[in-house]
Amino acid sequence: MKLSWRTLGMTLYLLALALPIYWLINMSFKSNIEINSGLSLWPHHPVLDHYEYIFTDPAWYNGFLNSITYVALNTVISVTIALPAAYAFSRYRFIGDKHLFFWLLSNLMAPPAVYAMPFFNLYSEVGLFDTVWAVALAHCLFNVPLAVWILEGFISGVPREIDETAAIDGYSFPRFFIKIFVPLIANGIGVAAFFCFMFSWVEQLLATTLTTVDAKPIVAVMTRAYSAAGMDWGLLAAAGVLTMIPGAIVIWFVRNHIAKGFALGRV
Amino acid sequence: MNDKPIYQRAWFFVLPVLVFVLFSSLIPMMTVVNYSVQDSMGQNNFFWNGAGWFQGLFDPTTDIGGRFAGALVRNLFFSLVVLLIEIPLGIAVALCIPRHGWQVGAVLVAIALPMLIPWNVVGTIWQIFARQDIGLLGAALNGLGIPYNDTQDPLSAWSTIVVMDVWHWTSMVALLCYAGLKAIPDAFYQAARIDGARRWAIFAKIEFPKLRKVLVIAVLLRFMESFMIYTEPMVVTGGGPGEATSFLSLDLVKIALGQVDLGNAAAMSLVYNLITLTLCWIFFTFTTHADQKGDA
Repeated sequence: MKLSWRTLGMTLYLLALALPIYWLINMSFKSNIEINSGLSLWPHHPVLDHYEYIFTDPAWYNGFLNSITYVALNTVISVTIALPAAYAFSRYRFIGDKHLFFWLLSNLMAPPAVYAMPFFNLYSEVGLFDTVWAVALAHCLFNVPLAVWILEGFISGVPREIDETAAIDGYSFPRFFIKIFVPLIANGIGVAAFFCFMFSWVEQLLATTLTTVDAKPIVAVMTRAYSAAGMDWGLLAAAGVLTMIPGAIVIWFVRNHIAKGFALGRV
Repeated sequence: MNDKPIYQRAWFFVLPVLVFVLFSSLIPMMTVVNYSVQDSMGQNNFFWNGAGWFQGLFDPTTDIGGRFAGALVRNLFFSLVVLLIEIPLGIAVALCIPRHGWQVGAVLVAIALPMLIPWNVVGTIWQIFARQDIGLLGAALNGLGIPYNDTQDPLSAWSTIVVMDVWHWTSMVALLCYAGLKAIPDAFYQAARIDGARRWAIFAKIEFPKLRKVLVIAVLLRFMESFMIYTEPMVVTGGGPGEATSFLSLDLVKIALGQVDLGNAAAMSLVYNLITLTLCWIFFTFTTHADQKGDA
């Protein structure tokens, strides 16, 4: 009896999650004529026109490439620089450590809308405006503190005796860090990378503000579907469906660590 | 925790992070502070305006003050509603996640999916889903005789945004709680079974206390995100109808990038940022203090 309640609850929740997504997929396979001619629960004359259009128009597929490029850059930068900092916060005390940690976290609480205008000025000034680097660096604002926070949680779960034993065994610090420590917290690094990917991939406000032509991300290209001739619902839906795929692939890889990752390594 | 050695050279470890965050947080913040105390006559001629912008912002009788107060109240109410729905629902969903077998992985991937969808696509999904002509939700509600129009009627717009947020983020609360539940040793449940504890007693005495720590993180993250919400309502309602769903970030972007009203935007940014920080700090210290008392 207890089991069936749980299954029922979960089934209902999954259905509620799936319904809007199903509707988007449904739309993406309909021609615009069929969309506008009334409601139907599945495409009666499925077409691939919208997908074909996206894969053949450079503005659209470059949007995808731009997005993936800055997300990858951001993830690599964030995790690389957060790793030593997280180690320091987890293992040592030093002057101002607590203040610095809170100040870092306070960046997570800063609304991106606040930064939109100053980032526009800053990146124009240093000549990075409308490049993937601008977006990759801008997203460090919240991804670096997040990566430090997650990694600190995971590193604190590794006993300090390991560091000491390695030192006694004659490992130099850099060799210990790369050869022994990084493999030990590989899960934590994976989870941190996942979160950096996630928040960089889903963010739209800064990505749109910092780009105009060359580095336009897919989230900005999608506004092309709102044209003077009205909404191109099918095209918009197809682009939406495609943006879900990278996320789905990435979750699949971290599925066994995802729950602990969301608890930021603190369970 | 307190036996950590003091090692001042650990500063070198945090140096890269410090440089990055200085560049991407402190320098931009200084421009905001700069704008907030100056006024411009155009052509980059700035002059000192003291606390002028802030006085306008805190005076609800002025145009900008009224807008800010309205957006702040709307946004606080929105965060409250969203937390009241998502936290209990998230706990319930976490209790429904299967415990063994291949279903665990499949369910975790499925419920995490909404969070990996770009925010404007989330908006697009709900924009399409809620339309009265081509959307399943809008058409079904109107078909049932419920008057629903998310672009005309404030109540419909509000409920759409709230339901969308619940759809988008309940899974995060659920995943956090699931991690908390998994940390409970089986022995606890066995002991409860021997004592003949009812389901509710198991939840109240064993599960809920263990969830406290992750729930603090959940409430904090959900509050922050809902207080900064921008993209999803922007796509679905554009802040309308009228001003009904224009939350703080939407209003701020309108002022800063739409009207390029730098002084007002900067003053608003600083106050907005300070409110977020203060609320998080109060909540965080309050709950950690309560926790320490509970442990003692």
